[in-house]
Amino acid sequence: MNEILTAVIPVVIIGLICAAVLVTASKIMAVKENEKIPKIRECLPGANCGACGFAGCDGYAKALAETEGTPTNLCVPGGDSVSRKISELLGVEFEDVIEKVAVVHCSGDCRFTQDRVEYSGIESCAAAKLIFSSKGECSYGCMGLGDCAKACPNNAVCIESGIARINTKQCVGCGLCVKACPNTVISLMDDVERAVVACNNKDKGAQTRKACKSGCIGCKKCEKVCPSGAIKVVNNLAQIDYSKCPDCEDFGICARECTTGCIVISDFTGQCNAAPN
Amino acid sequence: MTKFLIIMLSAVFINNYVLSRFLGICPFLGVSKKLNQATGMSLAVIFVMLMATAVTWPIQMYLLEPNNLGYLQTIVFILVIASLVQLVEIILKRYIPSLHKSLGVYLPLITTNCAVLGVTILNIDEGYSFAEAMVNSLGSGLGFFLAMVMFSGVRSKLEGADIPKAFQGLPITLVAASITSLSFLGFTGVIENLFA
Repeated sequence: MNEILTAVIPVVIIGLICAAVLVTASKIMAVKENEKIPKIRECLPGANCGACGFAGCDGYAKALAETEGTPTNLCVPGGDSVSRKISELLGVEFEDVIEKVAVVHCSGDCRFTQDRVEYSGIESCAAAKLIFSSKGECSYGCMGLGDCAKACPNNAVCIESGIARINTKQCVGCGLCVKACPNTVISLMDDVERAVVACNNKDKGAQTRKACKSGCIGCKKCEKVCPSGAIKVVNNLAQIDYSKCPDCEDFGICARECTTGCIVISDFTGQCNAAPN
Repeated sequence: MTKFLIIMLSAVFINNYVLSRFLGICPFLGVSKKLNQATGMSLAVIFVMLMATAVTWPIQMYLLEPNNLGYLQTIVFILVIASLVQLVEIILKRYIPSLHKSLGVYLPLITTNCAVLGVTILNIDEGYSFAEAMVNSLGSGLGFFLAMVMFSGVRSKLEGADIPKAFQGLPITLVAASITSLSFLGFTGVIENLFA
């Protein structure tokens, strides 16, 4: 009995001393944390996806609590309900969350272009890209082997006539397909009807034309017709500055005037009948 | 003075805690992916090793041994080191927030790092005096630092290498670690002959 006590008592005493030191230290040196942070943190979904632009949900909560003027509508997965809750907590006006949607920047389906090689490897764009740099004539476009469709958790992507199409109704804007695409053909955009450059080819016009009949040849016609000066041709590829689009006097003129038809008004809704996996 | 130098160099090269004694493998594999993370972790380890030795050596010599409680060494050391790390974290958070932020999660992780416990116990086993024990801890920490920095270099090369699928990730890392460890065998006997 005595031996047990002589062993237990010193350990208990040391433990108590350590505990006492830690408790006093944490009391004396407590760092005041903004009490709003845990409350905001509770409202956020906790996915730590980083879509808001901060380092995870904790980072966003901290920025919301400490930096005035941080927008409350940055959480895309949380959507309107989360934004509303946070706005109530902070006492600021609620702003609608602009949902994101994935868009394919390629319109080169089997009517406009063809395969450069007969690819019979594994069904994966990444693999085809590794071996042939691309499967089709155009090395920038969609290869249509469906890496994006496999990545999509919502069955919103399907391969039609050799290129990927996205059902915007089913797309939740998670961006997994953007990461899956080895040619970076897919990008996320605000879910508002708008003109999209459905081409990713940065080659010169003649080369592009040879590869694909619907590719952007960099003719700059869109640049000239755009009433708000939102379109610029960079690297032989039209690029749209969407901040100038809302005030467009003649919405859709770029799509109507495009010589090759590679500028389209983004509305693929319903075109895609993705089969369940 | 030569004695300190021998202790120091042998702790860094011959008895390197990671590559020769195989202690602290978890952070060695876990946080050696990027150089800045590896450096942060190693600095935290050096710091905690020194602090832990400074606290545990007197406890062993003036508390446990006079009372014939040497067998309580392991449990008491774990207790003391864990509390110490927590205390250091609280202090850093209050007074040096920038350092606290850069050490980040590594500091609490070290609480249960076997390399830290290993250093404190081996200091006692080797019969070192207080000064020798501190030098040995510093050397061990530097050895950990060296291993981490070297291995993060190896791993950044691995990132770009074309590795067969079966070896990707942890397997190739372990193979690389074993080769790095083998290379450290070459130091055996060097230090003794250096001062002979």
